Formats: sequence, C-alpha cells, structure tokens
Amino acid sequence: MTANEIAHVVVDALTGIAPEIDPAAVQSSINFREQFDLDSVDFLNFVLALHERLGIDIPEADYARLYSLESAVRYLTEKASAAKPSGSEI
Amino acid sequence: MPSLGADMEAGTLVEWLKRPGDAITRGDIIAVVDTQKGAIEIEVFEDGVLEKVVVAPGEQVPVGTVLAVIRGAGEPAATAAVARTGERPGPLPARTRVSPAARKLAEDLGVDLATVHGTGPEGAITREDVQRASSVKASTPRAATAGSDRTAGMRAAIAAAMARSKREIPHYYLSTTIDVSAATAWLRAENERRPMPDRLLAIALLVKAVALALREIPDLNGQWIDGGFRKAAGIHVGCAISLRGGGLVAPAVHGADGKDLGTLTRGIRDLATRARAGALKSSELADATITVTNLGEQGVDATFGIIYPPQVALVGFGRIVERPWIVAGRVEPRTVVTATLSADHRATDGHRGGSFLAAVDRLLQAPEQL
Repeated sequence: MTANEIAHVVVDALTGIAPEIDPAAVQSSINFREQFDLDSVDFLNFVLALHERLGIDIPEADYARLYSLESAVRYLTEKASAAKPSGSEI
Repeated sequence: MPSLGADMEAGTLVEWLKRPGDAITRGDIIAVVDTQKGAIEIEVFEDGVLEKVVVAPGEQVPVGTVLAVIRGAGEPAATAAVARTGERPGPLPARTRVSPAARKLAEDLGVDLATVHGTGPEGAITREDVQRASSVKASTPRAATAGSDRTAGMRAAIAAAMARSKREIPHYYLSTTIDVSAATAWLRAENERRPMPDRLLAIALLVKAVALALREIPDLNGQWIDGGFRKAAGIHVGCAISLRGGGLVAPAVHGADGKDLGTLTRGIRDLATRARAGALKSSELADATITVTNLGEQGVDATFGIIYPPQVALVGFGRIVERPWIVAGRVEPRTVVTATLSADHRATDGHRGGSFLAAVDRLLQAPEQL
C-alpha cells in the first residue's frame, strides 16, 4: 500500500468512530485528540479499526505514534512494508 | 413514556417496531423515542402481545404517558387494556402528525415542526412540507439550528437535574489518592499478551473496583425515593460519557460487579459508541444505581461531581499520573490516581464513604483478581 492509500484508511477509520469529522479538515501534524476531542475509548476503537482494515498488529507501546495523521501514516507504512513477506507478489 | 433519568420530562415517539397483535418477549425493543439525549430504544419488561398502540409516531408526550397496551401472557384482553389505559395521567396533547422521514429531514435542515403546515393525510406533515418550510426559512435568519436546539435542550435538562440535586441532596465529599502502580503495570502486561480486540481500558479496572466495593458497602448503591433509601438489587454502574458538541449521558453497565474486565471494556466501548450515535436503550439510561465519572484524560487531578438523582453517590477519578511517593520510608516515583466520592448524607455518613474509598483502593492493589 502506498502512503496515500494508508492516509485514506486512517481518515476513514477516524470518521468511522467520529462521523462528524470532515475528512478534508484533518490537519496532518496536529494531535487527533486535540483536533477532535477523542478520548481513550475513541482511541481504542480507532486503533482497532486500523488493525481490522490493514491487518497490522499495533502494540500498545506504539499508540503514541498514531496520534496524528502524519505520524500514523509514517508508522503504518513502516509496519506494512515490514509485514510484507519477501518475494511475495503484490 | 418511561423516565430515562431525572432530567427527562417528555419524549417524542419516533416509530413503532412492533405492530398490534405481535407477540413480544421481555427485552424486545418495541419503539424508538426521541429525547434530549438522542434517540432511545424502548424495551419491554414482560412477555405478551402488543394489544394496542396509544401514541402515534411524531407525538411528544410527557413522562408517564401510556405509549401502548401490552396484554400479559394468559391475561384476558379487555381487562388488561382497561387496567393499563387507566394509568394514563391525563389527556394527550393535540396531535401533530409527522412522518418519520419528515421528522428526520426537519432535524437535518433545522426546521421547527411547529411552524410547518401539514398537507398530508389528516394534516400530517410530509417531507415536501418540510422542504417547502426550509426554503422559506433559508431567506429568514434564524439563530438556532436543529443541532444547537438539541444541545440547548440537553443543557436545560442537565441544568434542571443538577439544580434539583444541589437543592435536595446534602452532598458530602471525600477524596483519596490511590497508588495504582501495580494495576497499571498489570494492565500493560495484560494488554501485551492479549490479542488486539481483547485489550483492556484502564477505566474498566476502575469501574470493576467500584462495583466490587459496592458489594461491601451496598448503602451507596441505590436510589433515594419517597424520603427513604432503596438499596438496589443489582450493581449497575452509570458511566458518564461526554458527547461531542456538548452535554453528557451516563448509561449503565448492568451487573458490573459480575463482569470480567474484557466484557466490561467491550461494554464501555459499546455504550460510548452508541451514546454518541444516539442509540441507547431505555434500561441503560434508567437503571444506573451509581455513576462513575472520569475526567483524568482532560488533565484533571480530582473530580467532585454532583450526584445524579435519585442516585445517592457519584465516584470520580482524576488523571493517572506519576508522582513522588513515599514507600517504606523512601521517596519513589509511583503511578497514582485521585478517587473521589460525592455522596448523599441522607443515605450514608462519611464513615461509610471512607470505607468505600478504602475498599476501592484495596481492590486496585490486586488487579489480577478484578
């Protein structure tokens, strides 16, 4: 998956838990919790939505890397490429 | 129209999910009602047959009004109908017929239905009527939208309930700071071990500790009704959930003392999601026997809340934070949380309240047993 595709998945997951969020208004470097008043329940739902959509296991210790769009895309792109078995077809 | 909390005075019937003649069983959802807390699903608490629908969709009626007549299993039809309709407190207000689709559209467009002239059957307001009213409204500036109307309505409801609480309930307040180092370390290790969908939330540990402490101090778990305390049969912990855009609801996790932490976490996630989507069940709003509020995520150290009547206690948690702490004569960094109790002095004294907070503390020291 490209970084752009992952960004779409992240924004989709975000609007899935908070439908009032305007996808076009997501600021990439601002903390989601600050931008959208998310609490720990929302955040767990968000992380689980990413897990379901991308099939990536996200340890709790890495949650802080999902706090903004920019950081989440970077982290998930790394995880997705690391999870891809070598030599597999795309 | 069931009371879904001390702050509810009326509700609007949105739609019937069962028809007269349908068999119904305890727990079935038979109708959806619109309140200041959003759309609420109305459950039934007996088996039988839906004999008659009394209130039509679109009608707003006060709490206590009979919505429908249910004939209990084995009851003769006529007797049951007379007995139940006899409970009706007074004549219904004049009906404004509105189709559910028109009601939804009116809400989306911010149209006040009271200002719409209905052209449908028997004067019912249709989608077209709402659209017409909306286009007229567009040329007329109006301060409030549907969203802000709901927010204002919820604000007024909270104001009424909280003012009543402060007027009628002699509150006393206690606080204690609890060392939760063992609980947070256990939670971290547990979440590393669990598959992602089964991970636990810290609030689940706090709610469970409160629920188990209530088994020991049951006089904080119940309601003050008609000048006396009624101990509740179950421990149903209301979890205060803030709604984006303002306001809050505190739906109950039923039987919280008997649920494991995974079930509690899923229950709290589910309640928060449905509370924000406006899809709670009537029993979840009406049954809470105590409320837990957690403002720690906002950086708050301690919460001294106002009891939600007719409950007699509210437990608050502040943020879970590292502090210098003295352990065996040495200063050590420890993870702590401040727990508070607001309690009704008519039902308990500070001594009982203190015992309750001490029990919460003790229970949190053995998280694996929660």
